[in-house]
Amino acid sequence: MDAIDRDIINTLQSGFPICERPYAEAAAALGIEEAELLQRLKQLLADNKLSRFGPMYQAEKLGGAFSLAAMQVPEEEYDNVAQVVNSYPEVAHNYQREHAFNMWFVLATETPQRVDEVNADIARRTGLPVFNMPKLKEYYVGLRLTAES
Amino acid sequence: MDIKVISAITPSPTPVMLDDRDTALVTEIQTGLPLSVTPYADVGRQVGMSEAEVIKRLERLLQQRVIKRLGVVVRHHELGYRANAMTVWNIPDEIVSELGSCIGRFEFVTLCYRRPRRLPDWPYNLFTMIHGRDRDEVLSNIQLLAQRCGLASIQYEILFSKRRFKQRGAIYTTSRVAPQAVRQG
Repeated sequence: MDAIDRDIINTLQSGFPICERPYAEAAAALGIEEAELLQRLKQLLADNKLSRFGPMYQAEKLGGAFSLAAMQVPEEEYDNVAQVVNSYPEVAHNYQREHAFNMWFVLATETPQRVDEVNADIARRTGLPVFNMPKLKEYYVGLRLTAES
Repeated sequence: MDIKVISAITPSPTPVMLDDRDTALVTEIQTGLPLSVTPYADVGRQVGMSEAEVIKRLERLLQQRVIKRLGVVVRHHELGYRANAMTVWNIPDEIVSELGSCIGRFEFVTLCYRRPRRLPDWPYNLFTMIHGRDRDEVLSNIQLLAQRCGLASIQYEILFSKRRFKQRGAIYTTSRVAPQAVRQG
């Protein structure tokens, strides 16, 4: 990644034009050619620096739901429980964290009811309580990570 | 022992009514926009719409906040943000909105959500995600937050991540538009 790549990432995190030649418009703002922007985006995607180039949806507006859930998993059972949790296609992320609550996963489902079903199913299969912690209020929407050298 | 889910109230805000053409469009671009000179015309060809119709619908979907934004979706780890700390705060309910708004304004805070407490096991009601290049950077940012937002007397914990098991891309099903893996729940 060079300075232009970082500029692309930092600028295009906050939006992309909707017009007939959006890459040309975005490229002009970045001071590069349309073809170069396209080429660099392809490379950033191929290198896995970006996971996607496109829309970020708000699931709740589409009738779906997100929720964060946490579990306290004994060390010796950890891998087995992780396997159960990760087996659900609704589980979008799963992180091990340093805390008594050591498993944290995010569910992304088609309906709010499905969050509760999956959590109940995981609790039944693992024999461990699942703490559902849905978002009540968001104080910040964007994502402004700065790509620096 | 009766194993249960600790409180299962998942909020369900009123969805926006999308017609079939909106749904087709949302589904078509869920994994990304074409990297071509005229991406909206190309999307239109796939779903049987003119470029003008695609542009008009996308503008409306953005306005309705169905689409939060268009653009790059980054991978934190690959950008060099190797430390990822969820910092959770136990803030009195009457001031949580005020302090949440203060915290959410800092550039290094990538998420700031209010969530329910799960007493007695879990007293924290404000969740912030702070990415940094290393632990020291994350810790100094948290100190800065505490000073600037008046959090000195607030109980908090830092949960560093140890392993990431799963981070999937966009997954939509066919019949309706399923939730997108955006980033956090």
